[in-house]
Amino acid sequence: MLASRWRATGATTGYVMPGHAGEPTPSEWKTATSGRGRRFRRRAAPAADPTMPTDIRFNDLGTCLAVVPAYNERDTVGNVVAELRRETPQLDVLVIDDGSTDATAELAEDAGAQVLRMPFNVGIGGAVQAGFKYAAEHGYDYMVQVDGDGQHDPHEISKLFAAAQGSNRVDMICGSRFATETGYIAPISRRTGIHLFAFLLSRLLRQPVTDPTSGFRLYNRRAILLFARDYPHDYPEVEAVLMLHHNRLTMTEVSVRMLPRGGGASSISSGKSFYYMVKVLLALFVGLGRRRAVPEPGEAAPVAAEHGI
Amino acid sequence: MDPRLQIVAIAGAVGLLLVVLDMVRRRALMERYALLWLLSSVVILGLAIWEDALNTLARQVGIVSAPNALFFVAVGFILLLLLHFSAAVSRLTDQSKVLAQHQAMLELQVRDMQRAQAADEDDAALESLLRSGARYER
Repeated sequence: MLASRWRATGATTGYVMPGHAGEPTPSEWKTATSGRGRRFRRRAAPAADPTMPTDIRFNDLGTCLAVVPAYNERDTVGNVVAELRRETPQLDVLVIDDGSTDATAELAEDAGAQVLRMPFNVGIGGAVQAGFKYAAEHGYDYMVQVDGDGQHDPHEISKLFAAAQGSNRVDMICGSRFATETGYIAPISRRTGIHLFAFLLSRLLRQPVTDPTSGFRLYNRRAILLFARDYPHDYPEVEAVLMLHHNRLTMTEVSVRMLPRGGGASSISSGKSFYYMVKVLLALFVGLGRRRAVPEPGEAAPVAAEHGI
Repeated sequence: MDPRLQIVAIAGAVGLLLVVLDMVRRRALMERYALLWLLSSVVILGLAIWEDALNTLARQVGIVSAPNALFFVAVGFILLLLLHFSAAVSRLTDQSKVLAQHQAMLELQVRDMQRAQAADEDDAALESLLRSGARYER
């Protein structure tokens, strides 16, 4: 039953960066390790195996963790966890309670998830990064990020996995609301920002990016390790795409259907949309000038006691 | 420069210098944060005492009245200090985030271990209960 669903969802919109379609040649290796701002060393990925069956299942891809960041989501988090466990029992579910003041953590635990309780609200970036750290520490091969507000349909996770299985070299697979017509219409204030970021990132990455603010994403081990070391703070999704690109990792998008929010309030109210847009634009342009996103082992710590001024 | 203004400026700079040194002595201010304060109070003190330097500076920058040059330098230092604090706050924010993540992961680990331990104890209690029950039957 699962297998038929895999086959039905073959089409992905993105493509692997030119010059990185196959194994890195020695010269590519050199640029990958010494190029400006591109220090994340690529682990040699296995070449695509033509004998690999097309109807692969979750378990064949390795262990996978579903990370659900939740901040005061008591109305929905129980359902999200229950549905994840019903639809994708192969995944371990980790809810990250980002300092909720309601019963989010207890409800998630009752629904059968592991719960990481942040001692105070660290923001979506810090919460999701805690998930990356957990996945890195516990050796998960894949991590899928699902919002705690019920917006993301666990049915659609199989589509993300289908894309992961289609190409060994894609490090992040994003569920996109706009890759094809899915009937989703965002409020105008938010739409402007999303399309602006989509336009900029498409130019920067030289590949189509239609929904850079989507938090419905599947990461492989390489991406998990990168983001466990460094992940943006406030509104991380857009910046994360650029970071991934700077570190010579690849991404692709898969069209997914998203549900209306089950309850609670979005982390981005319409009044904050403008602030959000300006902040992310600043992060994007400053990020372009950053020599490297992540320090290599032996370099100065990213957060050190000494400082410049 | 009016001598009254000069006296006020010197007194202010000396006062600032003494307060900063005393705070460092009482460990109320860490040396790494005190350096910029010391530098700014020393420079302002120097310019207030040595009027020629202040006049030269004012001429070079194109400021008509010399006291304004003193304010100009003081404002420059204030901006520098504020930037310094923003950098410090950013660093602290990042550090507290890392700590929070680490603490949350440790807490989850402790809870898991406690749960496993409680389960073990339950098993052991049940086993001993069954054993004692068997003894009664005999």
